[in-house]
Amino acid sequence: MTVDLFAAAAPLEPAEPAQPDGTQPDDAAPVVELRAVTRRFPGPPVVEALRAVDLRVERGDYLSIVGPSGSGKSTLLNVLGLLDRPTSGEYLLDGRVAGTASEGERARLRAQRIGFVFQSFHLLPQRTVLDNVVLATMYGGVPRARRRARALAALERVGLSHRVGFWPTTLSGGERQRVAVARALVTEPHLLLADEPTGNLDTASSAQVMALFDELHADGVTLAVITHDLAVSARAARRVRIEDGHLEEIA
Amino acid sequence: MNVRDLWAEALHGVGTRPTRLFLTILGTVLGIGSVVVTVGLAQTAAGQIDKQFDAVTATQVTVEPATSSTGGTERTLAALPWDAEQRVSQIAGVVSAGAVATLDVGTLAVTAVPVNDPSQAAKAPPAVMAASPGLLDAVRAHVVTGRYFDAGHDARADRVVVLGAGAAEKLGVHRVDRQPAVFVGDVAYTVIGIIDGAKRVPALDDAVILPAGTARHDLDAGPPDQLQIHIATGAGQVVARQAPLALDPNNPDAYTVKAPSAGSAVRGNVQADISALFLALGGIALIVGGLGIANVTLLSVMERVGEIGLRRALGASRRAIAGQFVVESVTTGLLGGLMGAAVGVMTVVGVAIARDWTPILDLRVALGSAALGAVVGLVAGAYPAIKAASIEPVAALRGGV
Repeated sequence: MTVDLFAAAAPLEPAEPAQPDGTQPDDAAPVVELRAVTRRFPGPPVVEALRAVDLRVERGDYLSIVGPSGSGKSTLLNVLGLLDRPTSGEYLLDGRVAGTASEGERARLRAQRIGFVFQSFHLLPQRTVLDNVVLATMYGGVPRARRRARALAALERVGLSHRVGFWPTTLSGGERQRVAVARALVTEPHLLLADEPTGNLDTASSAQVMALFDELHADGVTLAVITHDLAVSARAARRVRIEDGHLEEIA
Repeated sequence: MNVRDLWAEALHGVGTRPTRLFLTILGTVLGIGSVVVTVGLAQTAAGQIDKQFDAVTATQVTVEPATSSTGGTERTLAALPWDAEQRVSQIAGVVSAGAVATLDVGTLAVTAVPVNDPSQAAKAPPAVMAASPGLLDAVRAHVVTGRYFDAGHDARADRVVVLGAGAAEKLGVHRVDRQPAVFVGDVAYTVIGIIDGAKRVPALDDAVILPAGTARHDLDAGPPDQLQIHIATGAGQVVARQAPLALDPNNPDAYTVKAPSAGSAVRGNVQADISALFLALGGIALIVGGLGIANVTLLSVMERVGEIGLRRALGASRRAIAGQFVVESVTTGLLGGLMGAAVGVMTVVGVAIARDWTPILDLRVALGSAALGAVVGLVAGAYPAIKAASIEPVAALRGGV
């Protein structure tokens, strides 16, 4: 993670030039700030997946998002992950306007600041475990010479050093999901988004992955986990519920 | 994402499905191959025709007295004059000319030394021929050693001879610096040179050749049998029309002229038609090959929607996704082009070997057609690449990889 020393020393001075809308990018800013974000899918019938959602995720937060199917969980994750644009409202990622940024800028932000973990792992079956992790560094702009070392370090962090040359198809579900976590971590993202990370896993594998998330949280990684598994959401320090597009904190 | 990463990813995409890759490029291989074969065979055949052309007729005109056969006997209608060489030399397109006659020396022996060796097996004596001074150039023979006789020898009727290489071998004459002699009957003639390579009149190779003047003086030689004219390329028709007039303005019909016909032009046209047909077939095969690549690339895009979504989520821009698929199809096309060019070159060489031809193929055609395969891939990959780039990551991520 990059640390801006000047921002820390002189918080009143913007670290980078002010953006057109007057917001000031600042590393002291929350990782995620949603202001009245609405996502409406044109119908018929018109579906309001998110209705004026406000959300702040501070650095180091471990947030779980729960809610029944069709409540807007995935839409929220897609908006947070810059895979989808809000219909209205503002999304600031690390204090930068991300919701209305250009397509190229959003791709760059995804590559450098966001890590994804999917329910169905999304590992390329014809590439080795190491190659799958290296793939993320390629789009993240990591210099070629450092990619392999970074990927090996990420795999070691998730405890899969002994599976480096394996094909994903030969791994267990829990191992596959840990490869996916390593891939998400390798670019040192500011925000790790997980969409039902234990949805395809048995209890033992789920426990492994959740333990890994706890470790990452302890290391200061900002986590947002979508789940409808209450046991999973109970591990998070902060929980929010989404229902019919409305977001509310769970005490 | 730089160019090297793009290539690495694209090659992975191409290389993971070898069987499909082979089937995909088959159309391109056939298309490029048939283009190379068509061009190569056309060039080879053209080279071959040129060769025959040159070897037989393209630059050679032969004039002989016309003959008529009446009552079973054949007689010539006119005699070629011995100064025919000078008479036709004024015609445009004539490079050199020379008259030649085969002499009937009856029972006269032709020997190098007048030694009568009864134990030696009888050998067929070399022929005796008379020639005008210009013949050497007209038949494009060359002097092996010594020299050829000139107009002076001819006019003075000097007793000199030139030997064809075969005759020289037969008579045991290998060098002329000691002025060896050849006897025709019991008259000695000084050998001044040995010539070879008279393919237009192969008989010269095995003959003792006298200057025409000498032959007429000593051996009572008759008129020349034929007049050989070396002409400039394309002058055949002009020389054929004008040579009889120059030889005998009163009786031009008395001569038979063999000149390069216009038939070779017809043959060239036929060749061109065949080439156009095959090129058209090759072009169609290439289009089909391109459609094949487009089809399979599109299929591959549809199959790899999940992968595209993942890559977008990992931060790939639309441009990077499009680039990857374009590079994949260009690589596929280039592979097809290379294989097609290789198959084409091998076919051309094989046909040439079977027909005993010299294979001729412009290297640029082989390399260019391989590159053409890449262009086909580029064109074929454009639409699937746009399609891939337009896939929304959210939709793409719903399925698995």
